[in-house]
Amino acid sequence: MYYTEEHEWLRVEDDLVVVGITEHAAEQLGDIVFVDLPDEGKTVSKDDEVVVIESVKAASDILAPLDGEIVEVNGALTDNPGLVNEDPLGEAWFFKMKVEDLSALDDLMDEAAYKKFIG
Amino acid sequence: MPELKRTALYDLHLDLGARMVPFAGYEMPVQYAPGVLREHLHCRAAAGLFDVGHMGQVILRAPSGQAADAAAALERLVPVDLLGLAPGRQRYAMFTDDAGGILDDLMVANRGDHLFLVVNAACKGADIAHLRAHLSGDCAVEELADRGLLALQGPAAASVMDRIAPGAAAMRFMDVAVINSAFGPLWLSRSGYTGEDGFEISVEGTQTVALARALLAEPSVQPIGLGARDSLRLEAGLCLYGHDIDTTTSPIEAGLSWAIQKVRRAGGAREGGFPGAGRILRELADGPARLRVGLRPQTRAPMREGTPLFAAEDAADPVGIVTSGGFGPSIEAPLAMGYLPVDLGQKGRTVWGEVRGRRMAADVVALPFRDPNYKR
Repeated sequence: MYYTEEHEWLRVEDDLVVVGITEHAAEQLGDIVFVDLPDEGKTVSKDDEVVVIESVKAASDILAPLDGEIVEVNGALTDNPGLVNEDPLGEAWFFKMKVEDLSALDDLMDEAAYKKFIG
Repeated sequence: MPELKRTALYDLHLDLGARMVPFAGYEMPVQYAPGVLREHLHCRAAAGLFDVGHMGQVILRAPSGQAADAAAALERLVPVDLLGLAPGRQRYAMFTDDAGGILDDLMVANRGDHLFLVVNAACKGADIAHLRAHLSGDCAVEELADRGLLALQGPAAASVMDRIAPGAAAMRFMDVAVINSAFGPLWLSRSGYTGEDGFEISVEGTQTVALARALLAEPSVQPIGLGARDSLRLEAGLCLYGHDIDTTTSPIEAGLSWAIQKVRRAGGAREGGFPGAGRILRELADGPARLRVGLRPQTRAPMREGTPLFAAEDAADPVGIVTSGGFGPSIEAPLAMGYLPVDLGQKGRTVWGEVRGRRMAADVVALPFRDPNYKR
């Protein structure tokens, strides 16, 4: 697993990068009540706002962690946004990206570094 | 930034694992460990305890010792029939300004020989100055800064309250009473801000923590933070001062005409005689230009405060604005309140709110979103 300072996790699965948010982020956001996912096939640049999540308290964005193409989104979150609170590291992934250069992942944090980052 | 104040329950909130936030000059609990959604649902299913000790508690006392004399004086500042408020009863009111806007909303109780007022935390300094400036010839204005204030809300509230304050369960909605308890005399009102049956409890400051702990020791009672307080009152269609009502909104626009009794309206025995009466009586007669309405967004995307509202998906200019909006845990859908021109603000109309650059449809619906469970 790789981690960003935006509290996303990334893992590589069949040459695709799967993206979700960390338990820490889900806990800070509170109960998630709405998830707005991007269109499949959309080309994104690092730091583009690609997903909007609304908790009972406020709206937040999820940024594209890398340059690439969104090839699949997790439609289950549209019907059941609360999945983000229940299983942020597993079933509640947000999207899968095709990334040209997987070596960009090496710039991200590993679990130990992320744990240190969130203190 | 001035230092934040704390209520008597500050340490208890920390013990309970609250996340504290600044609110109206106080450090207040926004949520506890279960989170807003579960706290909200618990309050509707059993009972929730709220710390409302940041709110202002004020006594208005006339030298005659007659509540009626204090009521007559206070009627100069509110468009409400207070002379008709019986001893042991409470009524909703609002301070209006000369332009017919709302300075604050409040509860007024007739306690036999004086009036007891509960006002919003953010406004209490200004409210007390306003009362003193206009009433000091006729009434003493006493702020009870040392008393605690709790709210116990939900279907289990009456049985819990009755064990601590015997007789409380016999009170009706908007009754007030003083009932002796192990925590000293409790000033109870059967009211609240959630749409549920329940009580607001004014207690001697030194007894506040002990009373809160005793209530929380009841299996049906959980502490509820400001987050769920907001979603509960939104579902109940109740106004939040500074958001849904303020000096730019009249009570008539805000849909609060029901709080203005006949005797203060045109043709009534004590017609007018409050700040802004010209505009308010005119709007009562002719109708206001805009109205506070309920909105149900057609998608699951919440429309938050500040969302501009449009008459059509492609309309150039907004015609209204959302003043409170979020997710209703009991309705299981997003909800909002806002202002719309009267023709658009009719039940069944559709308007569009612009959320992140996209126009989303919302249906105008009747308020409240959910029928209250008051003990009439």
